[in-house]
Amino acid sequence: MATANISPVEREDYLNKHYGVSSWLFTTDHKRIALLYLISITLFFFIGGFFALLIRLELLTPASDLVQADTYNKLFTQHGMVMVFFFLIPSIPATLGNFLVPMMIGAKDLAFPKINLISWYLYIIGGIMMLHCMVTGGVDTGWTFYTPFSTAFTNTKIVEAGLAIFVAGFSSILTGLNFVVTIHRMRAPGMTWTRLPLFIWAHYATSIIQILGTPVVAITIVLVAAERALHLGIFDPKLGGDPLLFQHLFWFYSHPAVYIMILPSMGVVSEIISCFSRKRIFGYSFVALSSIAIAVFGFLVWAHHMFVAGMSVYAALIFSLLSYSVAVPSAVKVFNWTATLYKGSIHYDAPMLYAFGFLGLFTIGGLTGLFLAALGIDVHVTDTYFVVAHFHYIMVGGALMGYLGGMHFWWPKISGRLYPEGWARLAALIVFIGFNLTFFPQFILGYLGMPRRYADYSHMPEFQILNVFSTAGSTVLGIGYLLPMVYFLWSMRYGKPAPDNPWNAAGLEWKTQSPPTTFNFPEEPVVTWEAYNYDEIDKGHKEVPQVVG
Amino acid sequence: MFDNFPLWPDRASSMAGNVDALFIFLVIVSGMMTLLIFTAVVYFAARYRYRKGVPAEQIEGSTPLELTWTVIPLGVFMVIFAWGAAVYFKSRTPPRDATEIYVVAKQWMWKLEHAEGQREINELHVPVGRDVKLIMTSQDVIHSFFVPAFRMKQDVLPGRYTVAWFRATRPGTYHLFCAEYCGTQHSGMIGSIVVMEPAQYEAWMSGGSGGPLSATGEKIFAELGCATCHRADTQGRGPNLQGVFGKPVQLEDGRMVTADENYVRESILDPGAKIVKGFKPVMPTFQGLVSEEQVNALVAYVKSVSQAGAAGGKSAAATQPESAPSKAKGSQVQ
Repeated sequence: MATANISPVEREDYLNKHYGVSSWLFTTDHKRIALLYLISITLFFFIGGFFALLIRLELLTPASDLVQADTYNKLFTQHGMVMVFFFLIPSIPATLGNFLVPMMIGAKDLAFPKINLISWYLYIIGGIMMLHCMVTGGVDTGWTFYTPFSTAFTNTKIVEAGLAIFVAGFSSILTGLNFVVTIHRMRAPGMTWTRLPLFIWAHYATSIIQILGTPVVAITIVLVAAERALHLGIFDPKLGGDPLLFQHLFWFYSHPAVYIMILPSMGVVSEIISCFSRKRIFGYSFVALSSIAIAVFGFLVWAHHMFVAGMSVYAALIFSLLSYSVAVPSAVKVFNWTATLYKGSIHYDAPMLYAFGFLGLFTIGGLTGLFLAALGIDVHVTDTYFVVAHFHYIMVGGALMGYLGGMHFWWPKISGRLYPEGWARLAALIVFIGFNLTFFPQFILGYLGMPRRYADYSHMPEFQILNVFSTAGSTVLGIGYLLPMVYFLWSMRYGKPAPDNPWNAAGLEWKTQSPPTTFNFPEEPVVTWEAYNYDEIDKGHKEVPQVVG
Repeated sequence: MFDNFPLWPDRASSMAGNVDALFIFLVIVSGMMTLLIFTAVVYFAARYRYRKGVPAEQIEGSTPLELTWTVIPLGVFMVIFAWGAAVYFKSRTPPRDATEIYVVAKQWMWKLEHAEGQREINELHVPVGRDVKLIMTSQDVIHSFFVPAFRMKQDVLPGRYTVAWFRATRPGTYHLFCAEYCGTQHSGMIGSIVVMEPAQYEAWMSGGSGGPLSATGEKIFAELGCATCHRADTQGRGPNLQGVFGKPVQLEDGRMVTADENYVRESILDPGAKIVKGFKPVMPTFQGLVSEEQVNALVAYVKSVSQAGAAGGKSAAATQPESAPSKAKGSQVQ
């Protein structure tokens, strides 16, 4: 449905205004910083993905033959650390969020452009520390750093990896802070809270978690380093500490961190479903408030990671109950997205295919969360592949599908070019199939009892067939992720120039040129319409020929 | 044909059926929810696909619908919660007269000791139909005792006891896994649970053992000179341990605690932590002087001098409170 009204004249935009390395490294333009992030997180995504492929290859056969146990343990540890802290947490907020939050609310930039640049530098410093840590020996504790293994037993580079995450954490805090202030203070005239795109609501909720949660994991890392280096007795019972205290502190951040990953993705999906159904989102205020509800309840459920950890039975009951409270707003979102399709005018462009993929995978991921929150089931499936499958459905099936959908949706705005639609639809299909083939068998493996983090399962040959499925799926998935990378790069040179609003989408970001100028809008916009006013947009565009595909 | 491609785990404990029933219920409920959403998405996507000249119909939303799909899922969730909690409660409450087995985990090995004194490594023999309570601790990092066929899992922590229980229902050999990542050979920290018919089990049990665990504990109790203070009368510098186990204890600071396994353990390794009312903190710590196995034996011994008089226990002999606590008879456990 791209409209063909492209101006042939070369216009000034944020990409061609300045050239040269220093114009990028010292930029305070939120759009350029978004691209810096995009390049950096893509690098880390492929590093983490490479580890994932090695893990899957090792598990193709029961014996520990491709790599030794020590190497395997480092692979899954570093896969987790890289993917969680250096890809998923910054993924949508730092790239699409950075690019779009100011534009969607009609601002010239974020509230603190220099702090925004500092955020990226902190991320890069943390990233380099992590890379250095990995190439000089790595870490083997799992991304969860459980004590006392991490503080008293392993001889790998705990302190260095912890510091890398500590530094990157400040990047996350500053981004969240910037978004909250920007959303409060920089909205254009007429852009009231109830007219905000749901993408903004989602980022607002995410930012709250980043600001309140990240300091806790930072403190926890400092305590781990202190116990390891100075033998302060905090977590190690031999020194008078309590290992469960570590788990409480760790999950107090790391459970809400899942919502840092999934909420922005939910925001993206709201934008896409609304646009490609040509409809106002069903139950706008419920979708908006459910984001806030997820952020708030998300802080109250952390100990559901610890039902067999030696916690009191009564504490377990309360955390199980609260865990269901966070499932309700997630379910409300899914129902509202589904209802938005009703009586819509639905287009099947690539972003929408990713949104459909998100709906399917997030639904399965969410529903299997109900299994894990049920105490009696959790005892059997926790720390097995059931958990691995569940959180990959949420964090990869959900968060990553949203990220890719968003990248396709806003790519014309970001790059000024159209991506090849046919390839993009094919990639969406490959990702969906590859994902399910990789991770669905792991639910069964988990219920059968295969524990996670096993380098070797030669005494359990009965687990092999399902592992072969999973490994086969991961190669398909890998191709699905490589494809967009290739055609996005291709389109930067060979793609058709993008019109200002290729999707006829609502939202202020589409009311300026593609790519936008450095200050986004020629003059400050004044908003007089509700979000997702697709009825008005489509009335105005009746005469424009619609090109599908 | 499906030997190498099972789709359902063995079911060999009294808990397994409870867990499976809830699991199947959840599969059905979530299957229905998935079907509902997928059907709606596919149907709407096909039925309302873009057609030239047919605009979308704008719908703001519907509060009754929002309430419906908030309240109904919440109700379903509460059913799942209550059912899950009931199963969990049962799995976390060991029956009173369960046979006790002490488990010591270490990188990367399971050491198991029966109350009767048999010691095993990475293998545990149990009879069908008897309640078995595991009293577990770790010598180093956190491990997790996981028997999929029993649907049972419990983390094993250093510095304290955690408890789990099961009743095996079908003879056979089942996997024992460590489910909490514990270092290099984590995936090698596996073993098996051998469930036997009672007669076979008795035969296995009659094989050599160094005497009951509580008797070992009694020996250690004597060797360490514990009895000089913990005398079997009221004259000792430490509390009389007869009949203490399982009973509430009044502490010097006014708190009440139950004298369970963890309390006895703590009193040996960190005696100053909880002082019994009326006594002075004079006991030295035995941290580093006794191994985990020796602590287990001491706990078993303290337990035996209390159970002897109790009606329920498996102890055969009656206690003799006036005698020194080194009466082998009083700690006999069958």
